[in-house]
Amino acid sequence: MTVPPDRVDLVELPQAEDPARRMSRRQALLALAAAGSALAAGPLLAPLVQVHGESDPADPTHAGETPLPPRRWAMVIDLRRCDGCKKCTEACQAKHYLPPEQEWIKVYTVRDRTGVEVNIPRLCMHCEDAPCVRVCPVTATFVDRDGLVLVDQDKCIGCRLCMAACPYEARYFNWTEPKVKPPLPTKATPEYPSPQQRGTVGKCVLCVHNIKYGELPYCLEACTMDAIYVGDLDADVATNGTETVRLSTFLSENNAIRLKEELNTKPRVWYIPGHGEDLGW
Amino acid sequence: MVAAVRESRDAVALQEAAFRPMHAPGRWFWPLFLVLGALVALAAVGYGYQLLSGLWVAGYNDTAFYGIYEANLVAFIGVSYGGALVSAVLRLTNARWRAPVTRMAEGMALVSLLVGAAFAIIHLGRPERIWLLIVSPQAASPIVWDAIAITTYLVATLIFLYLPLIPDMAFARDRLGPSANRLQRVFYRLAAAGWQGTPAQRRSLNWSVGAMAVLIIPLAITVHSVLAWAFSMTSRPGWHSTIFGPYFVIGALYSGVALVIVVVAAFRKAYRLEPYIGLGHFVSLARIMAVLGAVYLYFTFSELLTAAYTASHEEASIVAVLLEGSWAPLFWTFMVGGIFVPLALSLAPATRKVRYLVLAGLLAVVGMWLKRMLITLPPATAPLIGDVWGTVQLTWVAIALTLGATAAIPLGLMILFRFVPILALHEMEEVDAEGAPESAHDRAVAVEGVL
Repeated sequence: MTVPPDRVDLVELPQAEDPARRMSRRQALLALAAAGSALAAGPLLAPLVQVHGESDPADPTHAGETPLPPRRWAMVIDLRRCDGCKKCTEACQAKHYLPPEQEWIKVYTVRDRTGVEVNIPRLCMHCEDAPCVRVCPVTATFVDRDGLVLVDQDKCIGCRLCMAACPYEARYFNWTEPKVKPPLPTKATPEYPSPQQRGTVGKCVLCVHNIKYGELPYCLEACTMDAIYVGDLDADVATNGTETVRLSTFLSENNAIRLKEELNTKPRVWYIPGHGEDLGW
Repeated sequence: MVAAVRESRDAVALQEAAFRPMHAPGRWFWPLFLVLGALVALAAVGYGYQLLSGLWVAGYNDTAFYGIYEANLVAFIGVSYGGALVSAVLRLTNARWRAPVTRMAEGMALVSLLVGAAFAIIHLGRPERIWLLIVSPQAASPIVWDAIAITTYLVATLIFLYLPLIPDMAFARDRLGPSANRLQRVFYRLAAAGWQGTPAQRRSLNWSVGAMAVLIIPLAITVHSVLAWAFSMTSRPGWHSTIFGPYFVIGALYSGVALVIVVVAAFRKAYRLEPYIGLGHFVSLARIMAVLGAVYLYFTFSELLTAAYTASHEEASIVAVLLEGSWAPLFWTFMVGGIFVPLALSLAPATRKVRYLVLAGLLAVVGMWLKRMLITLPPATAPLIGDVWGTVQLTWVAIALTLGATAAIPLGLMILFRFVPILALHEMEEVDAEGAPESAHDRAVAVEGVL
């Protein structure tokens, strides 16, 4: 894989054994980790790739593995590519067993002040300074080690002040007993909160249950336009499953913006405009 | 000599009146008790249904995550605040005419606070986990501030009601007839707390009541400011406002004084307390209410003007829906029915009659409840991204709980005054002993002269 000279944002990946093989989506984040090691830590991250890769099918429980490295997860959505098909929403709802009204990733079609119609998939921004975390009376919503905002539904008292505090309408409430449930009984955790609990708040978890183990978020997997990227600010790489980019360059070259920057919530989700949209609302 | 006889006859009549709800509640008592009790029971059924089915039965959805319960929470705690403040401020300013109405104001404060605090639990998705507020609270959360403020204020309200009651309970203890049962004797003996009316006891009681009257003012302000801050600590347009604390406090006072007028009028009529509570009391209370209503009007104007003027899109859209959009009919109903008409009725010489003043109070109470809906709902349903407004439903569960809570206030007071005298007997005697005018009518006239 060679990088075209005009795409400085693309990362040259370490060569696989068969250069012609197209990377599977499952492997994309492995490549991400490998790319991170290539960029920064060198061979230090190499063992991680082996432990979490498909190369070790004998150990699906991740037992006895070395601790996962800290991340600063981030997401980039390329609005130039989004066509508003809502496949991301459908995949998220299907795989997290959510009712239709809970759109953890919701596609807003808005006409901005310049009159351009633009599709904006809105998920949880996983703010570094999250208003929802601050107002929670019982610390049921918290920031995990890697900077993701999660909800402990065993602790949530259902006061909904986090919904009032969230500037992005990213939080949903289980007003009734969830009608859709996982086929097999599972123990819901803050990282994989399915099934949802009645009387508590739920929201996007950035598929931490996937990305932690080298797999992609469901919305990203479902995106036919390759508009969604997930990555790590520390490793400075991101992937949309097809191409892998150097995150910092990708963001600055494309004038990436964050929603409601003026509120100083410091979201971990960036948007790439490109049609001259004014996303200030 | 003649004067002394008349005085003792007055004293006996006053004692009889103060204890009238306990020995002769009247023929209407039990039918009304049953009607109000049925409304409360219906609310209990509604709440049970909500516990079984989830909060959606109260009309909530993700685009309207706050609504009628939050409005009720603010409204009922608000009137409680007004009750406590009337009694505290009138004591501190040594307003003589206060004596016959303080007991009812304090009782109303306690009962409505209990009802309001209940909504703090009713609105939760997981009420059974409320203990987590104690074992793992997060100090930065306004809901934790709320919990601390409301519980502290509840204790203060109980003490504030109880302290002036001690001599009255001693009076009851000493005069229990032979028909009184053991339970009654024990209750009044304990409640009287060994009161003998010695000078030392009087001194310490006066000091304590004075101290509580001072303490309860900042406490009540705290409670309602913190309640406002639960809204204004968010970045939502319409809630994120620096004046919300004082705005809520004044609104609470306005509606609280209004409800004191209504409660006093109802019990005055029901228990024939006209000799002790005259037109002057209502005129004075209505004037206090009118001043507070005018301040509230000023705050409302100030808030809307500031939000609308710079034309920040989000803030301006809230003002627009209130003044001319989908909420405009309710908003203008509030402005006319909840502010202008009550103010006019309270101040105009032509309407200086008890029934008009009570009507003013009633309109202000209902109007302020409506205003709390208007404070809660438009910002909760406003779009933060895009331009689709949320929708609200009014369900039988929400209506049942609101009606039940409203019924619980008169019901609670009817029950309370079966156990404690409705008039602050001791306080009235003390005020009279200080050389006040002799009858309620004279007192009322004196008050009118002062104001």
